[in-house]
Amino acid sequence: MASVSTNQFKSGLKFMLDGDPCSILENELVKPGKGQAFNRVKFRNLKTGRVNERTFKSGDSVESADVMEVELEYSYTDGEFWYFMDPETYEQHAADATAIEDCKKWLKEQYVYTVTQWNGSPLLVTAPNFVNLAVKDTDPGLKGDTAGTGGKPATLETGAVVRVPLFMNIGDLLRIDTRSGEYVERAKK
Amino acid sequence: MTTSWKPSADITTLKRRAQYLADVRLFFAERDVWEVETPILSQSAPTAPYLDSFTTDYMPIGSQTKQAHYLQTSPEFAMKRLLAAGSGSIYQIARVFRNGEQSKKHSPEFTMLEWYRPDLTLHQLIDEVNALMQHVFQFDSIMRLSYRMVFEFFFKLNVHTCSDDEIKHCTLERINSLPDDFETDRDGWLELLMSYVVEPRLAALNCPLFIYDFPASQSQLAKIKHDQQGNAVADRFELYIDGIELANGYNELLDADELRQRFENDNQQRKEQGKPEVKTDENLLAAMESGLPECSGVAIGFDRLLMLVMNQKDIKTVQSF
Repeated sequence: MASVSTNQFKSGLKFMLDGDPCSILENELVKPGKGQAFNRVKFRNLKTGRVNERTFKSGDSVESADVMEVELEYSYTDGEFWYFMDPETYEQHAADATAIEDCKKWLKEQYVYTVTQWNGSPLLVTAPNFVNLAVKDTDPGLKGDTAGTGGKPATLETGAVVRVPLFMNIGDLLRIDTRSGEYVERAKK
Repeated sequence: MTTSWKPSADITTLKRRAQYLADVRLFFAERDVWEVETPILSQSAPTAPYLDSFTTDYMPIGSQTKQAHYLQTSPEFAMKRLLAAGSGSIYQIARVFRNGEQSKKHSPEFTMLEWYRPDLTLHQLIDEVNALMQHVFQFDSIMRLSYRMVFEFFFKLNVHTCSDDEIKHCTLERINSLPDDFETDRDGWLELLMSYVVEPRLAALNCPLFIYDFPASQSQLAKIKHDQQGNAVADRFELYIDGIELANGYNELLDADELRQRFENDNQQRKEQGKPEVKTDENLLAAMESGLPECSGVAIGFDRLLMLVMNQKDIKTVQSF
């Protein structure tokens, strides 16, 4: 595996640390006037999702991580793995429960997700910022309430529970912001 | 790719920069310190192991022979030669260059305000820096603490007498981002504590500070003396404002033999690190042999000072490009 020197550090660079693939968020040069230089690096461990900090001596090297981001279509799950397909090659990729943990409640067949692969296997699946999902269950709608005050909980087709306006009914299609988990608007199709 | 031809500082900032330059010149004119200019290009460079000069080649017209030249990292050596020639108090606003240094607080090319006072002791020079900060840059009067007091206050360590291991353990304990197998030397640990703990804490306390009497191992080009506790210390100071290292001042080393020895030690360290050795400045050594007057000198990072005064977080925003 290729090694990367601290002088090539920049945000987005993927490297190996203590056996885990990591992505640099911030790289700061610490250099007292005539003293030694250090790189103070803030990074995300791509396996655990945790953000941490590490100091390197400037000039040190780390191993680069074979990490790639690809766009794959969600196919199905057999309960143990979640299968994603490359829409061009039809190749299937199996992601485990850890990889899909964060976006499990936004997984819908035929939607395209960003899959971070490490050494060719899915490490992390990220939902698109917005998804359109149908309401599977909610209390009956209240006619005339269009202001959207208060709201009520609704269970969506993927199992996610979001707060929606009172006038929403079972079967309505909603646009959801997956980053905040909030309802945005009624979707057209 | 979009090409940005525009300045990285806005025009109002650059005009204020010009005004501050004029005010600084007035400050020195009133004190009979005269402005000098010295060459930016030199055939020798400082040997400091963690200071990297830009190098370039001089080629006489019609010749293929190359002579290595360096861009100055500070105007110190040339100004000391002027002092040895009897200049008296002098200052310079110089462009200086440091290879490899780029961050929000570092630029490979920046402006340094440097001055020398044959008639002042180090603490009188601190008074003068304080006066400049108050009168030209509108800071309040700045506190002073010795390096020993700072480390006692923050770490309960006597920095001059404690062992390397004690410093190492203290550093690993205080700085979580250091892996347990991290290795550096005594000064490396001290610099880490300074950068990661002291500077941010001073900034959080909103406490600009002159720190004086550095460990003797960090003497650079300052004299070594004994403090009141009898510890050998470097007779120098640094100024920290808002967690930024702003100024570095020395009671200047006068002994040419001692300086030659320090240059050789530096080059030895460079060799161990696999860095090129630097040709020592024989002109400076000769000037010191002929007699450098007792003097105190200080260098201030002018861009960093402007960052503080104008509340900017990135050095680029006070430089035109």
